[in-house]
Amino acid sequence: MHDTMTALRIEARWALADTLAMARRNLIRYVRSPELLVFSTINPVMFVLLFTYVFGGAIDVGPGNYINFLLPGILVQTVVFGAVQTGVGLAEDLSSGMVDRYRSLPMARSAVMAGRILADTVRNVFVVLLMIGVGYAIGFRFNASVAAIIAIPIILVIFGQAFSWISAAIGVSVREAETAQVAGFVWIFPLTFMSSMFVPVHTMPGWLEAFASVNPITVTVDLLRGLSQGGEIMPSLWQAAAWTVGLVVLCSTVAITQYRRLS
Amino acid sequence: MVQVREAPERQAMGGARPDAIVVRGMSKAYGEIQALDDVSLDVAAGTIHGLLGPNGAGKTTLVRILTTLLPPDNGRAWVAGFDVAREATQLRSRIGLAGQSAAVDEYLTGRENLELVGRLYHLNRSTAERRAVELLERFDLTEAADRRSKTYSGGMRRRLDLAASLVADPEVLLLDEPTTGLDPRARRELWAVIRQLVSGGTTVLLTTQYLEEADELADRITVIDLGRVIAEGTAQELKQRTHGDVLSVVVNDPAQAEAACRAVARHGSGVARIDDDGVTVTMPVAGGAAKLAAIIRDLDTDGVAISDIGVRQPSLDDVFLALTGHTAGADRAD
Repeated sequence: MHDTMTALRIEARWALADTLAMARRNLIRYVRSPELLVFSTINPVMFVLLFTYVFGGAIDVGPGNYINFLLPGILVQTVVFGAVQTGVGLAEDLSSGMVDRYRSLPMARSAVMAGRILADTVRNVFVVLLMIGVGYAIGFRFNASVAAIIAIPIILVIFGQAFSWISAAIGVSVREAETAQVAGFVWIFPLTFMSSMFVPVHTMPGWLEAFASVNPITVTVDLLRGLSQGGEIMPSLWQAAAWTVGLVVLCSTVAITQYRRLS
Repeated sequence: MVQVREAPERQAMGGARPDAIVVRGMSKAYGEIQALDDVSLDVAAGTIHGLLGPNGAGKTTLVRILTTLLPPDNGRAWVAGFDVAREATQLRSRIGLAGQSAAVDEYLTGRENLELVGRLYHLNRSTAERRAVELLERFDLTEAADRRSKTYSGGMRRRLDLAASLVADPEVLLLDEPTTGLDPRARRELWAVIRQLVSGGTTVLLTTQYLEEADELADRITVIDLGRVIAEGTAQELKQRTHGDVLSVVVNDPAQAEAACRAVARHGSGVARIDDDGVTVTMPVAGGAAKLAAIIRDLDTDGVAISDIGVRQPSLDDVFLALTGHTAGADRAD
């Protein structure tokens, strides 16, 4: 019994070390591939500027200025779009033969995927803080307690991870970077726009409003809006939590099962 | 009562020089396609074993099973004494794999690539760093060590890939077509490295579709085709399978190749055929040299102008043809 516990502890320590080694490798890749950095930073900056200055004037969000309404949505969009890279990166490693090498090593089998998701989470922290900075520069202001402000990046990172698992499941299934890219955006794009991210859902036609109201992106955006502007956070807190847990459980199961079945 | 002993297991686990690789009755199908069909194989420790066959013969499938990347349908295999199905983790810490595509991370430097693999073999940081330095030196990559491997040439990538497979000083090294896509010079360099490894006691299983490569490197060769073992032996033994020498005639005009074929066929003990170059005609002959004069006379009578004629030892290409009825270069789909 004691021996089994020790063996498990050693195994867990190796799994952690392997995950950290893989996360470090993926972060080095981010820093050294400008196109990825540009995509994950310039893109959301462009969106926030476009929507604030081009569309913002035409969108009626009730009291308060548009940037305070928009930024929580942009933050969610940032982590959701960023999640596509999880699947693209995995697919790239699969098609290039890197995963064959990793699978022939005595490393923990979970570390390839866990390391990828950990690296994407670290990137999300960086990009979320950057976007809050950009928001501040163009007039965004928190109207909330310190605790609520601290909660915002934490929620974003956890929510981003849920989408990373969806993306991982896609990447490990399609096994080809370009396909993973297309397969990622083909559903993420409509999903983000059919939400409360840029416009209030009550302005949509009834059938779309019904969909948009239960969209995981809507509930998370609404939660962040409530937190950042001192508004209502119920019931979106529970809805967002339920979606996040559900997605992580379902998609990580699919992704890990698919990875174990690789041959 | 007759005692049944599990021969391969004993062989793999016991004895002074156990076989480094033992394969028994290995089968694997992908849907309708039988990739491996009852393959058995033994590789003695400290030797180079060549697995020779055309594309689609099942070579890669066997390597993937032996490196635990793919579960077999039937049959068992032991590498470095460990069962591929039941002792995968122990097995993985004792093998090195260099697959068909060089698995190097382009965004990492050569050194970082090797250090990462070292860490994933669970070497401690200083050992991983030391091994990286040693291997970079050994594979002539010291100067490029801190450059991103994206900037490396094909040959350098292959060397880095091979270096990565050696990080943990494996007992058994599996190389899947290690020189595919390399120019002749880079290929010869890689051969020299592989020979050096074996002199250090490593066992190597190497797949190739290059007959020259198997001939050059391998102590023993297993020829596989359509998932089945069709011959096994040393290069010399395999060559004897063609029962004699090979006559080769080079004609001046490709249009006369057919005529040359007919002329030499009268003297041969096998099928005369025209090589891919369109001007070389080859045929197995018994007691070749003695027949040379008669063959030249016949060619002359038929009006075939030749630029070269000779009798040589059979190449593995001839062996492959004799064994399978087609050349090794031809794809399975053809």
